[in-house]
Order: sequence, then C-alpha cells, then structure tokens
Amino acid sequence: MNENKLVHWFKYASPQSFYPLAGKMIPWFWALTAVFGIAGLWISFFVAPTDAQQGEGYRIIFIHVPTSWMSMFIYIVLACWAGLGLALNTRLSGMMAQALAPTGALMAFLSLWTGAFWGKPMWGTWWVWDARLTSELILLFLYLGFIALQAAIDDPRRADKAGAILALVGVVNVPIIYFSVKWWNTLHQGSSVSMTKSPSMATTMLWGMLLMALCFWMYSIAVALMRVRAIILEREAHTEWVKLLDEVKS
Amino acid sequence: MNWGSPAEFFAMGGYALYVWGSFGVCAVALVMEPILVSKRQSGVLKSLRRAKLADELDEENK
Amino acid sequence: MRPWHKRAAIIGGGLAAVGIAAALVLNALNSNIALYVTPSEVAAGKAPHGQAFRIGGLVKDGSLKRDNLTVHFVVTDTVKEIPVAYTGILPDLFKEGRGAVVQGKLDADGRFIASEVLAKHDENYMPPEAKRAVEQAQNGAKAKP
Repeated sequence: MNENKLVHWFKYASPQSFYPLAGKMIPWFWALTAVFGIAGLWISFFVAPTDAQQGEGYRIIFIHVPTSWMSMFIYIVLACWAGLGLALNTRLSGMMAQALAPTGALMAFLSLWTGAFWGKPMWGTWWVWDARLTSELILLFLYLGFIALQAAIDDPRRADKAGAILALVGVVNVPIIYFSVKWWNTLHQGSSVSMTKSPSMATTMLWGMLLMALCFWMYSIAVALMRVRAIILEREAHTEWVKLLDEVKS
Repeated sequence: MNWGSPAEFFAMGGYALYVWGSFGVCAVALVMEPILVSKRQSGVLKSLRRAKLADELDEENK
Repeated sequence: MRPWHKRAAIIGGGLAAVGIAAALVLNALNSNIALYVTPSEVAAGKAPHGQAFRIGGLVKDGSLKRDNLTVHFVVTDTVKEIPVAYTGILPDLFKEGRGAVVQGKLDADGRFIASEVLAKHDENYMPPEAKRAVEQAQNGAKAKP
C-alpha cells in the first residue's frame, strides 16, 4: 500500500511525467503573478503614503526588495535541486537547476540596478563597495558562472555535476548577503522586516512590498517552469516519448 | 489617493528618473524574459519536428 | 562501503571543505570588509594610516557650518567626535542628527578632509504624520522628569 503511494509521487521525478505537469501549472502561476502584481502595484502607488525621509523616491522599495529576496531564494532553491541531482543522480533535478539560473541572474541584476537607482538620490552614490552590495554582485557572478560553466561542458550529466559543485560552494554567499548589514559596518541600512522583530514600516507600505514579493515569486516559478520544459525537450530529444508528443507530431 | 494629477504621478516628487528608471527596466525585463523562453521552446519544437520529418523520409527511402 | 555511502561521504567531505574555505576567506576579509570605521576607532588610532578611509557616524546637531564652498561639521558616535571639512555638494538626505559616511584623510590637526560625503538613512519607513507623532512622543518622554 505504502509502496504504491511512494511510487505514485516519484513518477513526477521523471522528465516525461513532469513535462505535462509543468505545462498545466504554468497558466496558474501566471494568473497568480497578475493578481499579486495588480494588487501590489495598486498599493505601491495609490495606497501607500509618501515617506517622511525619502519622499516618493522610497517607492523603489516595492521592486528592489522583491528582486533582492528572489535573487537569494532562487539561488538556494537552485542549489537544493543541484545538490539533489548530485546525490541521487537524477536528470530532472539538474534540469530544474539549469532552468532557475537565468531567472535568478536576472533578479540579482535587477536588485543591483534598482539599488543603484535608489542609492544615487538617497545616499549620493550609484555604487559603494560595502559588504551587502559586494556580496550581491558576487551572487550575480555566481549565477553567470553557473550558466557559463554548464554551457562550456558538452555532456549534460557532467555539466550538471560541475554546476552543482559551483552552486553548492556559492551557497555560503547567501547568508553573507543577508547578515552583512548586521555583522559589518555598511552603508546599506539594516533590515526593515525580520523574523525576530516587528517591522519598521508603515502597514500599507509593508503590504505593498509583500504583495510585490509574492508577484515576483509567482513570476519566477512560471518562467522557470516554462524554461524547464524547453530544457527537457532539448535534453530528451532522442527519446521515444518526446518524438510521440502532440506538439512534435503535428 | 496619493496624486493630485497625472503630472504629479509621473513626477514622483522629483524622483521620476530614479523611480521610473527602476520600474521601467524591471517591466522590460519581466516582459522580455518569458518572450525569450517562449522563443526557445518554439525553436526546440521546430527542430524536433524537422528531425522527425528527416527520420520519416529516411524510413521511406530505405 | 556501499557505493552511495561513498558518494555521500565525498559530498559531505566536499561541503566541509567548502565551509572551512569560506570561514578562512571571511576571516581574511573581516578587516577589509567594513566600509567605514567609527569616530571611537579613529580616536583609538585604529584608522588606516597614509591612505584614504571612511568614517561613519551621526552628524552632530548644530555642528554644520558653511564657509564659502566648504562645509564644516562633526561626525560623532555619541562617544567620540571627528571634525570634518568638505568642499562639494552634499546629498539631499544629509542632515544634522542623521547618519553620514565620509571618505577622505586626516590632516595633521586631526581634522578629516573629506573627498566624498554620503548620507546613511535608517530602515524606518513611515508617512510624515507618523514621524511627527513619533517625534512628539519622544519629546514628551524627554520632558517628563
């Protein structure tokens, strides 16, 4: 009985079963992206008030924090998939890591870009080599390094393994980014929201930020699922089930 | 409501360059990324169909 | 050893090696990773010698003076103070009583000649009404004996 249940779930660990499942999930995640995005943008621009210190310029927070959070979260998820693939020698895990990398890199880039556009008017500079900004830049380099490394290795299984090692080594950077403002003297201010203390943001501002964070999360899942389907087809092109797909037959 | 007029909204209290420079680039990126992935998917399907056609022709010509 | 035991051991060993490497790198960086030193550290002679460095702290209330194109103010960490002179445009958010990070060199008199002044803001976000309420509450608390 229990054996059947396990087998039932593990069937989705094969690219062949995951491909149609992902296809069904994608529209739902786009719908959630739209719902959270519309609600979030509405609050960001029309409900959240102006800030006493930063005026209207603070509204960059509504995309800077979501992209920053996603850049770190996606990296951890990527490292988990890559680690799982390394440990269990599964193909789909490696494909998921491969699918997440470009989106994670984009989030890291947007975090740095929006951060620079926020820093210039508020701090007085586009960039400074403080611990947080530098470690986020390193995160971008890790993503790009992962993508480049996999592109350079022809055999997909070996590319998976090499990428996994790089991803796992780089994981230590994520807590560094998060705790940098606490551990060291930085220009970047400390956390406005944390698990341990109450938020130092007005409620409507906080809600706008959280809704936008959910929007970016749903977006990332939607795009990663789209990309993994393309990767599955690319890497499984030689298999019978791919040749028999409706999209290929017609 | 926060804004007295559309002009106020676009001006963002003097921070227009920074706010719209941020939101604008994000919007472009978040539209371009799924389009590029979609192109990748249709590219793969195209080459798979071509390969299948080639296989079928090979079979016919045997 | 069974094959997967061996693989788990290799992966575990690899992670341990990475962890140790990271700890070593962080330790080495620790001295350089701080963007700025505090006025107390400068007073204690811990500031880098002969090269430009940054001091971070609060701009002392009432210390801001303009002298043609040069501004003078004092950076404090409520324990020690450093006088600063700067020629240039100050950031919008630069204000007495608020955070600032200045880059430059100490001159022979112990005054800091700044080439760059950045404003450091805190992590609080609230509308002006809320800020006024907070400030009033703080002033009320101070006034109480």
